[in-house]
Amino acid sequence: MRRPWQWLSMGVALAAAAAPSPAAELRDLYFGEALYQAYQGQYFDALERLDAELAQHQRVDEPQLDSLQYHIRQADFSVGDFELRYRMHLRAGRAVKAVLDADVEQPVKNEAAYRLARIEFQKDQPQDALQALERIQGAVPDNIKDDLEFLRANVYLALGRPADAVEVLKRLQGAESLKGFAAYNLGIALLQANHTPEGLRQLEKAGQIESRDTAVAAIRDKSNMVLGSVMLRSEDYAHARLAFDRVRLEGPYSNRALLSTGWADASTHDYQKSLVPWGMLIGRDSTDAAVQEAKLALPFAYSKLRVYGRAASLYSQALDSFGKELEKVDASTRSIRAGNFLKALVREEINQDNVWVVRLRTLPDTPETFYLTELMASNDFQTALHNYLDLEDLHRRLLAWQGSFDAFQDLIRLRRANYEPLLPEVDAHFKELDAQMRMRLEQRDLLQKRLQDLLTAPRPPLLATADERVALERLRKIETALKHESGAECAAQQMQVQHLQGVLTWRLYTEYPERLTQAHEDLHELNEDVQVLHAQYTAFVRARQAAVHSYAGYDQSIQRLRSRVAAALARVDTLLARQGQVIEAVAIDELNTRRQRLEAYQVQARYAVADSYDRALKEHGSGGTP
Amino acid sequence: MRRHFLVVMSALLCLCARTSPADESARAQMKGLDEQVQEVKSDVLSIAAELNQLQEKLLYPSDTHLAVFVSLAKGETLRLDAVQIQIDGKLATHYIYSFKELEALRRGGVQRIYSGNVATGAHEIQVSVTGKLANGKDYSQTEHFPFTKEIKPKLIGVMLAGPDAPQPGIHLGDW
Repeated sequence: MRRPWQWLSMGVALAAAAAPSPAAELRDLYFGEALYQAYQGQYFDALERLDAELAQHQRVDEPQLDSLQYHIRQADFSVGDFELRYRMHLRAGRAVKAVLDADVEQPVKNEAAYRLARIEFQKDQPQDALQALERIQGAVPDNIKDDLEFLRANVYLALGRPADAVEVLKRLQGAESLKGFAAYNLGIALLQANHTPEGLRQLEKAGQIESRDTAVAAIRDKSNMVLGSVMLRSEDYAHARLAFDRVRLEGPYSNRALLSTGWADASTHDYQKSLVPWGMLIGRDSTDAAVQEAKLALPFAYSKLRVYGRAASLYSQALDSFGKELEKVDASTRSIRAGNFLKALVREEINQDNVWVVRLRTLPDTPETFYLTELMASNDFQTALHNYLDLEDLHRRLLAWQGSFDAFQDLIRLRRANYEPLLPEVDAHFKELDAQMRMRLEQRDLLQKRLQDLLTAPRPPLLATADERVALERLRKIETALKHESGAECAAQQMQVQHLQGVLTWRLYTEYPERLTQAHEDLHELNEDVQVLHAQYTAFVRARQAAVHSYAGYDQSIQRLRSRVAAALARVDTLLARQGQVIEAVAIDELNTRRQRLEAYQVQARYAVADSYDRALKEHGSGGTP
Repeated sequence: MRRHFLVVMSALLCLCARTSPADESARAQMKGLDEQVQEVKSDVLSIAAELNQLQEKLLYPSDTHLAVFVSLAKGETLRLDAVQIQIDGKLATHYIYSFKELEALRRGGVQRIYSGNVATGAHEIQVSVTGKLANGKDYSQTEHFPFTKEIKPKLIGVMLAGPDAPQPGIHLGDW
């Protein structure tokens, strides 16, 4: 069984490693857009974009020419990261698995195996994570080498193989990126492997690591807390105190450390010394469990020092404080039952950054959250909370989509009303133009064929101008008419006709090459006009189709989507209610626990205040210092 | 008094490891719900994909579709405040950046700043940028670029770089 403190350290290290990696020289804008959403933590939008882009990439005929091809591995890996970050563990890893099973080079397979292992580990499937790690062969890129080994160690710990984890973690002690984490986990692994003295020495080392990094400082505090607690249990109070003293005075463990320091001193009967940490602690946040305990512990120390008057006064203050805290707990419970806790959780202003849970305490009008910060920081509760927030987000999206269907249908109705009356007239006119165009194109084809024939069998008369053709025809008619005449005048006219025919024929034959060239040039010009005509024709056909496509064929899709959205909305609302109820129930359960503890403290304080007053009076009566 | 000592000590030591049957039942309930939430997320993502396709087809048909994307040059320190896009002299969009969006751009993300429709043929895009430089000075720049819209969707990538960048200014890429 893993303990919470292990998970916390692992979670921090892995979360840092799983951040979406920056795109190398970007070639696909939509992939860049998915990264843009992911970098802002908008994983639904990032997944939506990337899923669409990957689906389109798989549909294209030649994927190697698609711009996503350049980023395809990163895209496959990113989709897994995004799914994981959007808490879709069941789906995460499919794309990475596909890469691992594909025919790709070993370095790519190694990276895929590492990413898959990380996903499986976060899915709480350490055995599958180990199987993925075992598929790594040959050289591993330097940039993931340490993270990979750290993951391997964490997997061994999760599988209850601390001795194997120890071996791996020992090799990682010099890794700068894992500073603090590798040291702490080695300590834990050694403790789990029953090498207690070595484990404690390691935790001591981890508790003294120098760093300005807040994450490393937090893990250092944690090392000291664990070390101190183990020492306290084994009654080595001096070392326990040293460990607790190393915990920072401001930080998530500071209250517990102060409380524990006091108990370490009290355990050696040095009550005078324990007054210092407990005295500091009672001035802190009164909802904190350690502070509440200190309110009893401090007068307990005074009574041990026989300063009964001070003890009685402090017990009395504690009693008042517990009463007020109980009222707060009750108010919180009432507020949660009224649904205010869930309302506070979805307040926009608190969801802006990673420390929003802490921010909840500072918000006005959220008394229901005062006692729940610790609970809200737990892994299970975080999952439930994030699911609730995700469901709220889905609810908002689905509602917005539902509204957009009416707008779409309105748009379609308007387009139909605009185009349908126009189209019959447009179509009729187009039919006429289309017939004319076909005829002209046939003529052009005929001309081209004739000109082609002239190249192999020259026929100059075919290139006669219209005037020349008319003149030749008239000469032919005159020639025919003159055949039936006789006489000198007729002969002269026949001579004249032949002369003119000769002139024309001469011209046709001598000008033939130029005329043929000119005819080809004219045909070329005609072809250019025909091209323009074709382009206009295609543009018209496309515009005509677009006009119909702008309103026809959407009804079924919209209807189907309407039903899907409605069904999803109903499911989301049901889950939202259930998730909300679970959160409220867990919160109320936590408050009940805190209430019981406060009541127990109250009983102890009541007894102790009376006892202290009695002792103070007795001391006073006997001439001592009350 | 010794009893009190033991009670509080045990409370301290048990702070982080409380598991009861009720906790286990709540955890099982949460796990069951978590799986259902994951399923519904999958379903909604698939709806979103279909809806997007429909929306694109209906609002931005490919023969008129124009999309403009904005990115920052690698290593750019310019604190981008706003970008304004005009197409053929008409305002298409004026976008003001939040800190998160600026960070996402700096890390290499690409923002789709505008989706719209234009007819096929020649057009002009005007990109105006305002922001602050690393030294705190105000920065503003405007550039005009011609572009041609063909039958296929037109994607324009606008890359922004401050005056200290190796290739300063506003650059237009065709995709």
